[in-house]
Amino acid sequence: MANLQTTFAGIKSPNPFWLASAPPTDKAYNVNRAFEAGWGGVVWKTLGEAGPPVVNVNGPRYGALLTPDRRLMGFNNIELITDRDLELNLREITEVKRNWADRAMVVSLMVPCEEKSWKAILPRVEDTGADAIELNFGCPHGMSERGMGAAVGQVPEYIEMVTAWCKQYSKLPVIVKLTPNITDIRKPAQAAKRGGADAVSLINTINSIMGVDPYTLTMSPSTGGKGSHGGYCGPAVKPIALNMVAEIARDPATAGIPISGIGGIGNWRDALDFIALGSGTVQVCTAAMVYGFKIVQEMESGLSNYMDEMGFTSVDQIVGKAVPTVSDWRYLNLNHISKAVINQDSCIQCGRCHIACEDTSHQAITFMKDGKRHFEVKEDECVGCNLCVTVCPVPECITLRDVPAGEVDQRTGKVVSATHADWTTHPNNPMRTA
Amino acid sequence: MSTTPQPDVRPGRLAASEYALRFADASPRLTHSQALLEAERCLYCFDAPCATACPTSIDVPSFIKRIADENLRGAARTILESNPLGGMCARVCPTENLCEAVCVRNTQEGVPVAIGRLQRHAVDALLESAKPQLFTRAAPTGKKVAVVGAGPAGLACAHTLARMGHDVVVFDARPKAGGLNEYGLASYKTPDDFAQREVQWLLDIGGIEIRTGWKLETTEQFQTLRNNYDALFLGLGLATTHQLGVPGETLAGVQDAVDFIATLRQTTDLATLPVGRRLVVIGGGMTAVDAAVQSKLLGAEEVHMVYRRGPEHMSASVAEQEWAQTHGVTIHHWLAPVEVVGNAGHASGVTFARQALVNGQLRATGETITLPADMVLKAIGQQLGNPVLAQVGLEQKGGRLATDAEGQTSQSGVWAGGDCRAGGLDLTVEAVEHGKQSARAIHAHLMAA
Repeated sequence: MANLQTTFAGIKSPNPFWLASAPPTDKAYNVNRAFEAGWGGVVWKTLGEAGPPVVNVNGPRYGALLTPDRRLMGFNNIELITDRDLELNLREITEVKRNWADRAMVVSLMVPCEEKSWKAILPRVEDTGADAIELNFGCPHGMSERGMGAAVGQVPEYIEMVTAWCKQYSKLPVIVKLTPNITDIRKPAQAAKRGGADAVSLINTINSIMGVDPYTLTMSPSTGGKGSHGGYCGPAVKPIALNMVAEIARDPATAGIPISGIGGIGNWRDALDFIALGSGTVQVCTAAMVYGFKIVQEMESGLSNYMDEMGFTSVDQIVGKAVPTVSDWRYLNLNHISKAVINQDSCIQCGRCHIACEDTSHQAITFMKDGKRHFEVKEDECVGCNLCVTVCPVPECITLRDVPAGEVDQRTGKVVSATHADWTTHPNNPMRTA
Repeated sequence: MSTTPQPDVRPGRLAASEYALRFADASPRLTHSQALLEAERCLYCFDAPCATACPTSIDVPSFIKRIADENLRGAARTILESNPLGGMCARVCPTENLCEAVCVRNTQEGVPVAIGRLQRHAVDALLESAKPQLFTRAAPTGKKVAVVGAGPAGLACAHTLARMGHDVVVFDARPKAGGLNEYGLASYKTPDDFAQREVQWLLDIGGIEIRTGWKLETTEQFQTLRNNYDALFLGLGLATTHQLGVPGETLAGVQDAVDFIATLRQTTDLATLPVGRRLVVIGGGMTAVDAAVQSKLLGAEEVHMVYRRGPEHMSASVAEQEWAQTHGVTIHHWLAPVEVVGNAGHASGVTFARQALVNGQLRATGETITLPADMVLKAIGQQLGNPVLAQVGLEQKGGRLATDAEGQTSQSGVWAGGDCRAGGLDLTVEAVEHGKQSARAIHAHLMAA
């Protein structure tokens, strides 16, 4: 088995699989079980300041987007920060960290946006022996109405200010958790870095409503006839998170800042996506809530076997490896030509490729040939958009082939060129450079 | 002039090309996408009933999730960690009575997850990969263990011991290792010489030597093993068969089903193997089914499988019985053999007495029936059959070796597992578990000394 040890912003953990700040990391009972199962670290569910804790609704706190066979694609929550007493939490954190010294213990915090509030709580957290703090600037409901959570995460100046306080009043590494409910994720990330953040973590959850009950015409989920938007997470959000992680990783202003990737990670392949796009650790929540803590063992096995197969001896050899391949649209090679190819031996003749292409794309797939039902790509119409590959139910039945330089593109009549040419120099572009 | 037809027993009943088709893999391999779809059906249950039902306690949800994650190597590791013969077991285990019987999808959908086929998918992928070895040996301990019998119990014991750093010598009477995996299981369950490929994978861990052509026949041999090795594991299996005890049993054309199957398994060109036109197979277990089905596949016109009680009493599972029936075997119940009738020294039929349960006891009703046959196969059970075991003082129970839960026999330093051990289910998977558990007990014994 490969070595999965990681060091993230100075924090050591035996593997890069952490649990995100959420109900699974609410109390010692859960966290102990998580560590017994093998998780490399946890971010303890967000602590609030001393005093009476928040109160959660007693009705549904969750909604979900399920496939017909009840596989979870997306998950929605209206949970708040911890509803347990601060002192109890601090005692438990201290004890758990002592019992699991080799695991990463990060404490998530959300207190009012005032210097004195942060100055008060930081030493309390430091005294627990925790390895780092994570600043919750992302809770999109419940706390944002009080000027905390996403209300901070959407204002770069606040992020910078609070991060700076934390660096000033604590020795602990500071991880700033970012909200995706924003126009340009680079701005909050830059602000965190300016404030002195040791790392950022993203994404927190996305504003969402799951649906409407057709017979009561009430939004769902609802408690007592009304509902509130919640935070969306789970497999469906991974692509949104990946883009944001990649943007931060490739922006010169923030490139190199350690990133803890969060958003729909359910297996080692998802984790690899985040790691390759710049994440030094990953945080999981939804998948653990669906399957239990044991899934970390399958994640470790998968990542480890992958690393052995690829010849990687440590996780940091993979971090950010795919970032150089993330570019802007205008730099993509317009001379690269692909065409879809349908494998007639695997084709089950459902015709979905044809109707998708005929109705909504480029009318590049036949449905008949020589009087018989037959699905074949017409290269003189195909633009290589990949829709047919996506809708085909048989894996590997439809693939894209790269048309080699020198061959004629049937659609344009032009010979495929080996040279790179993109929009920046295209004659149709009024802002072209050359 | 005799009107009784001559016995019709001959090879080559089929066109040459037919044999390969008929004896091909009974359960075709899952394709990659089939495996992914099937793996998705697994719910990753807590404290999964399937894992509990498995005699080797394979962590089924874990290996299935790894298949879904496209981590076949990790899936194989999960399986082989608990069951080093997971490849063969995936092909022959009566999963319909074990893991698949308790899969919660039965309750929800009436169809369990295809656990056996998924297990085979993972193990086959590993064996075909560039680096099939998963495990390494611990540092050598300097201890040597003798294992008698290179069947699943002995092989599992040897592999487990070798992993822990011990050296093992496995003795077997036959020319090849594998035991019933090589000589007993139906051909269509283990095509492509899988039994030998699995044996090779097991041996590749290192530290295991196989000595074939060695049979336990004297008490001196037993004593030599006791003297020259630090521990002894007996995985002898069952050497002899129960006899019918009826007149005509020694006529030509009457054979033990296990011998017929062993010959079939070792016959490269099945067109050369003689089979009767009409067969009677006496017995109600898996051996009877395997013999009956394979005879039909060889081109026998009529095959009758005859059992003395009802279908619910047969030890062949429902799936096995259905397998026999869909292959054209006629199953008869409540008939017990009373005579093998013959003509000129060769069997020509079997006379049966109809049975019924009277106050819970099996009684003949008085009615008899004779089924004509050119070949009669006996599959009414096997016995330990090795007198040396009693001669060296090993206690027996119900005709097999008495042991504790870890396979320790009545003699210190001697363990036993598999079919030769009392109280078991006579399953390959159980033999593996016996071998594994005894190996751990042997290891504890050796390291304490």
